[in-house]
Amino acid sequence: MLKVAIFLLSLTPAGWLAWLTLNDQLGANPVEMLTHQSGLWALRLLLITLAITPLCTLSGWHAPRRLRRMLGLYAFFYALLHLLIYLILDRGLYFADIWEDIIERPYITVGFATFLLLLPLAITSNNYMMKRMGRAWKTLHQLVYLCGLGGVLHYMWLVKADLLNPGGYLFIFLLLMLLRFKPFTTLIRRR
Amino acid sequence: MAGGLLLPSFFGHQKAEASVTLESYPNLKASHFSTDEKITTYDNATSYCNFYEFGTGKSDPSQYASKVKPKKWAVTVAGACDKPGQYTLEDILKPHALEERIYRLRCVETWSMVVPWVGFPLVDLLKRFQPNSRAKYVRFETLHDPDLMPGQNRNTLDWPYVEGLHIDEATNPLALVTIGMYGKELPMQNGAPIRLVIPWKYGFKSIKSIVKIEFVEKQPKTSWNLSAPREYGFYANVNPTVSHPRWSQSKERRLGAWGKQKTLPFNGYADQVAHLYKGMDLKKYF
Repeated sequence: MLKVAIFLLSLTPAGWLAWLTLNDQLGANPVEMLTHQSGLWALRLLLITLAITPLCTLSGWHAPRRLRRMLGLYAFFYALLHLLIYLILDRGLYFADIWEDIIERPYITVGFATFLLLLPLAITSNNYMMKRMGRAWKTLHQLVYLCGLGGVLHYMWLVKADLLNPGGYLFIFLLLMLLRFKPFTTLIRRR
Repeated sequence: MAGGLLLPSFFGHQKAEASVTLESYPNLKASHFSTDEKITTYDNATSYCNFYEFGTGKSDPSQYASKVKPKKWAVTVAGACDKPGQYTLEDILKPHALEERIYRLRCVETWSMVVPWVGFPLVDLLKRFQPNSRAKYVRFETLHDPDLMPGQNRNTLDWPYVEGLHIDEATNPLALVTIGMYGKELPMQNGAPIRLVIPWKYGFKSIKSIVKIEFVEKQPKTSWNLSAPREYGFYANVNPTVSHPRWSQSKERRLGAWGKQKTLPFNGYADQVAHLYKGMDLKKYF
């Protein structure tokens, strides 16, 4: 039940964007709107995925652990959407421009690298690969922390002067990392 | 001293529940500087704005400003000129015949629009104040009133917003004092009641809601240049060959469009303004 509800809920931003697109409601700069929204939802879902472990540790309620894979795959889905929108709609698949972006602009470099790190995580997010890889699977999937940091930096380096929003995401990311430290969580649970 | 006249309270404004009514300007003179490119829709040009005084989101200005209309306004003229003083908006506008100029406007963020502005040449206004030989630059200041402009409660930029032009730029016939768009008064989010439009420069040079004009000897310290000197130069001429440190400036996207088009040097106004920068290294003076 919980899983079905979260599955549908995670799909709503994509549905909403599709609706806006079909009804010509994306506003004055439609490509920017699609790019920003798909990117924001990738980051949000990645942070939600990262929130599950500390949430379970702190609350003692362990049911949400089953949702981690699905939420992580959704984060990848929105990141892929974000990348495709950038490549096709924003850059018109003009590879000279894209290459220049990747090598010269730090926020694109980081964004692209983050996507490349997400890719093996998405490919191995199934029972077959988990079994086959054994311990290496866990090591590989620790890359997700780097992805979280990459996503936040990608956002921070893009804005012009107002760091309030990306700063908020950085704060949440750092908090989620801190909540993984045992001395810190035991301190919270004891109170 | 008539304190009320000089204090910010002079700048009365009306906050209405319903939308404000914007007066129309009939019988506008046409201009040979106008482009015949497709005009951006009124909705797009008035709902997607950079005006950090009302918030940093693109829709913040239209959300917070569209129901505000400045009722009283005055502009202080100061510095190296023979006619300094405080001028009401009526004083400023009275002698000038209004014309419509359809200009391209290119934002430093790579979007652009085509807008029919209503105004008159800046040079005609500046002449009235009789600038003297020490007037090498003109410095402009936006209203600082956090009650009216909620974005000024946060230090996203160093308020008040300041912009400036070299006197030769300010007296170029393309530089426009603007009080309207699409045949009507400017909505607040687009810089009512009086702003500049400098079509060959990135949009942030076209300062909005002006309350002060000052003739100065040295290059003024301008807001975006102070905020990020590597990214926003004083000149800020549209130049497809000089990238912003974080993005390319070679292409632009018109509001409402899905595709991109090439950005032109000086935003397509090279014939009128390129001579101003003869011999200058535009990569250095970006």
